[in-house]
Amino acid sequence: MDAFTSLKAVAVPFDERNLDTNQLCPTRFNKIPVSDPDYQRILFNNQRFAEDGSEHSDFILNQTPYRNSGILVADENFGCGSSRESAVYALLAFGIRCVIAPSFGDIFFSNATKNGLLPVQLSADTCDALRQLLHDSPGREMAIDLEQQTVTGPDGSRHQFDLHATLKYRLLNGLDDVGVTRQYSQSILDFEREHHAAMPWLFTQSETAK
Amino acid sequence: MIELQESKSREHGFRLFGINDPQQGILHVVPPELGLTQPGSLMVGADSHTSTHGAFGALAFGIGASETRHVLTTQTLWQRRPGNFRIRIDGTLPFGCTAKDLILKVIAQIGAAGAVGYAIEYCGDTINRLSMEERMTVCNMSIEAGGRAGMIAPDQTVFDYLIGRQFSPEGALWDRAIEHWSSLTSDDEARFDKEAVVDASSVAPMVTWGTSPEHAAPITETTPDPADASTREQKADVEAALAYMDLAPGQPLDTIAVDHVFIGSCTNGRIEDLRAAAEVAKLGQARVTTWVVPGSQTVKQQAENEGLHRVFEDAGFQWRDPGCSLCTAINGDELAQGQRCASTSNRNFRGRQGKGSRTHLVSPSMAAAAAITGNLTDVRNLKGGA
Repeated sequence: MDAFTSLKAVAVPFDERNLDTNQLCPTRFNKIPVSDPDYQRILFNNQRFAEDGSEHSDFILNQTPYRNSGILVADENFGCGSSRESAVYALLAFGIRCVIAPSFGDIFFSNATKNGLLPVQLSADTCDALRQLLHDSPGREMAIDLEQQTVTGPDGSRHQFDLHATLKYRLLNGLDDVGVTRQYSQSILDFEREHHAAMPWLFTQSETAK
Repeated sequence: MIELQESKSREHGFRLFGINDPQQGILHVVPPELGLTQPGSLMVGADSHTSTHGAFGALAFGIGASETRHVLTTQTLWQRRPGNFRIRIDGTLPFGCTAKDLILKVIAQIGAAGAVGYAIEYCGDTINRLSMEERMTVCNMSIEAGGRAGMIAPDQTVFDYLIGRQFSPEGALWDRAIEHWSSLTSDDEARFDKEAVVDASSVAPMVTWGTSPEHAAPITETTPDPADASTREQKADVEAALAYMDLAPGQPLDTIAVDHVFIGSCTNGRIEDLRAAAEVAKLGQARVTTWVVPGSQTVKQQAENEGLHRVFEDAGFQWRDPGCSLCTAINGDELAQGQRCASTSNRNFRGRQGKGSRTHLVSPSMAAAAAITGNLTDVRNLKGGA
């Protein structure tokens, strides 16, 4: 995955609470390969595009200042619902590398960190204030510094955010989880042996019933 | 995609319950039927409703594609320990109310983000009295409250369900398993990071009126009025939901006409759900297109053995093949723009059942009631009672 170090980009506000992954990627697009050159059109497809493929001009991402957005500032429980990782791929394909919200759907949060999309958690009040600033002057930039764990608002205000050290390290270095986990191969094998002995019923039946 | 799945499963020695398998069905219906879902096991699935399996006292949660790859490669996952959230539910569910109504009430009470970052444990005498199928309905929708996992301590109801199933332990191993499973309860003095209490006796048949599962209310009530909202955000939320759903503020919920009814899904596609729907189907004829989609081939076969398919067909309901179908608008099973559906599934998100579709979540008996009246209807009035 691509490493995430810092980012300065146009930020787009989405005021809706509980913005679910069906909006980010409607189900019918789940089988489209990420390599598809039009993949970015999947993002918010139902709201962005009409039946004939033309744009809905009132949708925020179709408005000039927001077409190059790299940061999305959202409300509570962003990315709730379906586990589809295509929701993350669609955001990345559009060019969004960071989502800022008071809270995230747990599965979306995990999926984001596996793909170099930075989920930043800030207080509801801070997110409200940032979105208001962005509405007041559309097209303003914000900045993210992952090393320092700071967000700089369109007004220059600085906000510190928390992120688990393990996640931070992997994002900063673009590390793949599987590679890291393989360093623990022996421990995993040891655990499996113990688990097998302690709960043999989980294994014998499934082996004989094949 | 299907061929690739078949060839890769063969190559790696996986048992695939594929499209032509007599035990094929939804991920959250088939493993319990087979006895694969067992207390104390750790289960993950590439679907958010994997929380369903928590009904057996398994820790089960949904994961994305990268995490699935990680599990297949290493048999492990990197996880942060979630907070513990205990939801205690006591009291007797009133006439006409089901596990679906109960979990919709829970979600309405704690909110769609109420359990974000938590694993839920459901307990209380209402929960203890639920059947396995009812428990699965409850745990299934944990994710609609934001909880990645939701579980119930294993008890005799679980053991009675599992005994003799294809992949259940047998003989001496069964006894060892029971001993272990019986130990999987929370300590009396266990402390939880968050707690909620729900009174089951105050539940009424529920319907959703908006675009989030938290937008749920008793069928006897009306749609909310944005003017009554306590905050600016809440007002905007209600306005947007009503606009999408094409409903007026203060509209009685039992006056909403539907175009379509869907009975099925990993929430309500099991045999008890179909029996409940059939009881109501006997009372009339479908006035709108109504689909009944069993959760698995096993459920379908059992329903046909019981003659339920005849009941549905006689009432003008369509008896279809197992799968996720209209719950998530898959494989062409979808609503047209603007169509309104009473659905036993789990998500009323915008466009969930097709672009521009409108979903009202209900229980199986409420769905059947909507089918034979053409409206969202209080099923208690049809069944005679309260």
